[in-house]
Amino acid sequence: MHAHVPAPAATAGPSLRQKLALRGFDAVTFLVVPAAVFSLCLFVYPFAFGLILSFEPKNGGWLANYQRFFSDAYLYDTIINTLALAIPVTVLNLVLAVPVAFRVRLMRRQRLLTTILVLPITLGTVLVAEGLLNYLGPQGWFNRTLMTLGLISHPLRLVHNYWGVFASLLITGFPFTFLLTLSYVTGIDPALEQAGATLGANAWQRFRHIYLPLLMPGFAITFCLSFVQAFSVFPSAVLLGEPAGTTRVISIAAYQAAFEEYDYSMASAVAMIMGFVQLAIVVAVLAARGLFYRGPATGAKG
Amino acid sequence: MAIALSQFHEVRLNGVSRDFGALNALRDINLTIQRGEFIALLGPSGCGKSTTLNCIAGLLPVTGGSIWLDKNRVDTLKPEERGFGMVFQNYALFPHLNVRQNIGFGLKMRGVARAEIERKVDEALSLVRLQGQGHKLPGQLSGGQQQRVAIARAIVIEPPLVLMDEPLSNLDAKLRLEMRAEIRRIHNELGATTIYVTHDQDEALSLADRIVVLRDGVVRQVGTPKELYEAPAHLDVADFMGFRNKLKGTAVSSDRNRTVVEIEGARISGVTGESVPIGAPAYVAIRSDDLVVGEPGGNALSVTVDTAEYRGREFVGTAHMASGLELVFRSPHALETGARVHLHVDEGRALVFAEPV
Repeated sequence: MHAHVPAPAATAGPSLRQKLALRGFDAVTFLVVPAAVFSLCLFVYPFAFGLILSFEPKNGGWLANYQRFFSDAYLYDTIINTLALAIPVTVLNLVLAVPVAFRVRLMRRQRLLTTILVLPITLGTVLVAEGLLNYLGPQGWFNRTLMTLGLISHPLRLVHNYWGVFASLLITGFPFTFLLTLSYVTGIDPALEQAGATLGANAWQRFRHIYLPLLMPGFAITFCLSFVQAFSVFPSAVLLGEPAGTTRVISIAAYQAAFEEYDYSMASAVAMIMGFVQLAIVVAVLAARGLFYRGPATGAKG
Repeated sequence: MAIALSQFHEVRLNGVSRDFGALNALRDINLTIQRGEFIALLGPSGCGKSTTLNCIAGLLPVTGGSIWLDKNRVDTLKPEERGFGMVFQNYALFPHLNVRQNIGFGLKMRGVARAEIERKVDEALSLVRLQGQGHKLPGQLSGGQQQRVAIARAIVIEPPLVLMDEPLSNLDAKLRLEMRAEIRRIHNELGATTIYVTHDQDEALSLADRIVVLRDGVVRQVGTPKELYEAPAHLDVADFMGFRNKLKGTAVSSDRNRTVVEIEGARISGVTGESVPIGAPAYVAIRSDDLVVGEPGGNALSVTVDTAEYRGREFVGTAHMASGLELVFRSPHALETGARVHLHVDEGRALVFAEPV
């Protein structure tokens, strides 16, 4: 009763094209090629190159660079120095950004304020550092004003030390932290706060029990991005800091290895260590983020 | 019933107004609500009904007038000090808290002991029939269930006044009917005092003890559903109460409580809803149910049929008059498009109004 039909394999099931389309591969997928090539050439290859280079030291075994880094206090202390700058700056920026974001959320002229706040980003760290060098220096306005007011008798030492770099990182990092925070804060349905108010929660309770838990995941992301930015501090640490002492950050160690000792292998090892420290902090923060609610921050289903 | 709402006599709105810049969203609202009443604020969008509710809740400051709970002035208090329960249009459930935590939130903020919170949350859950759902997050609930949680959360704090802002507008038609009955049941079981904002006259008519019709920030009429349905005071209220035919003409005579209006040569006599001077423009409002195909003569309009749809027991048709004025009517039998018929209305079922201001 059944006729013999020579069914070729291709027509028996869905075609290869259909199978691929089912898994989300079609012609549009090719649009990812430029980005893939870009990241391959400019990120993956240099990273892999650096990683391998770091295991090919000038002298000694393949781990010699790392052994040298972790046995020399002058080198491994740079991790502490960098963390001592990056973590307090990031935390303080976040703490400052939250109340400002809450206020700005209600403002009509958000764009003007946002523009003002974004200026430090566009000016770049070097310009800000140069500006601060003058402003916070012994003959700068800041010290002169304080002295004129009689608040201090000698100029405060605010540059060429930890606090100069701290101030510079705070100024250049704040707009970035603020913009991210603002986007998370405005993403929360204001009806939730109103509901909290009608249920008897005062302003602090509303922040503590409604906003804060909903913002924590966003804060974690903001912290990570701001932290990574602060951790790679270089120009202000040199210009405003004490590059041989308290603000000898890890990027300075890498720079010196590469351009003073001409030891690219060692420099790569320092860069790898730097990346690993950042990664460890970011992973820790993102893991902590998993402890909080991460669903949509609106009251109803979307 | 252990959820016992606070005792009071009345809530008074005393000339409440609210401006947004140059816009008067509310103008001189005066309203007294007795304990136990279910009040519906009804009106089209932008009429100020939600603004009124937000002013009562304290989410919007009033720009004039005052609000009183018996002898206590409340419009100067912050929302958290008023203690009115509010149900939001989009429910505004805290997405990071489970159902029990959402319901217990208000009690926790008041520093109620944990055991007491658990007990009251249990009662609230059974009141809204959500036993066994307490551990779920709002995102895991259906729209109707979310609405029940929102209601439970608002009433568990035992508020003197429950405010509801279009609570059913996000639900599908079937669920809306179900929840409507639920809301009335909960109101009755608790002996609550409820102010309910809606733009749906069916909801207002079926739920409320009294309806307040708002338009452009002004109270147009306050009355029981029956009063509003049978005797709307203005044309716009009549429009809301289902008078779909609003026929413009000229008042030709007026005799006690009857006014005769001439519409394109035909004379329609109706009940005087608003007194209209002779010769002035007047509107005759007629429900489509009361406009029936009949014989020419007394109180009838001559029209041309456009459509006639079968609706089970009878036909609902649309037609137009010579001038193009459109009407909706009913007919016991099918009609051809283009047929000329006479639509008859009982004198007692037509209402005459002045031109709206």
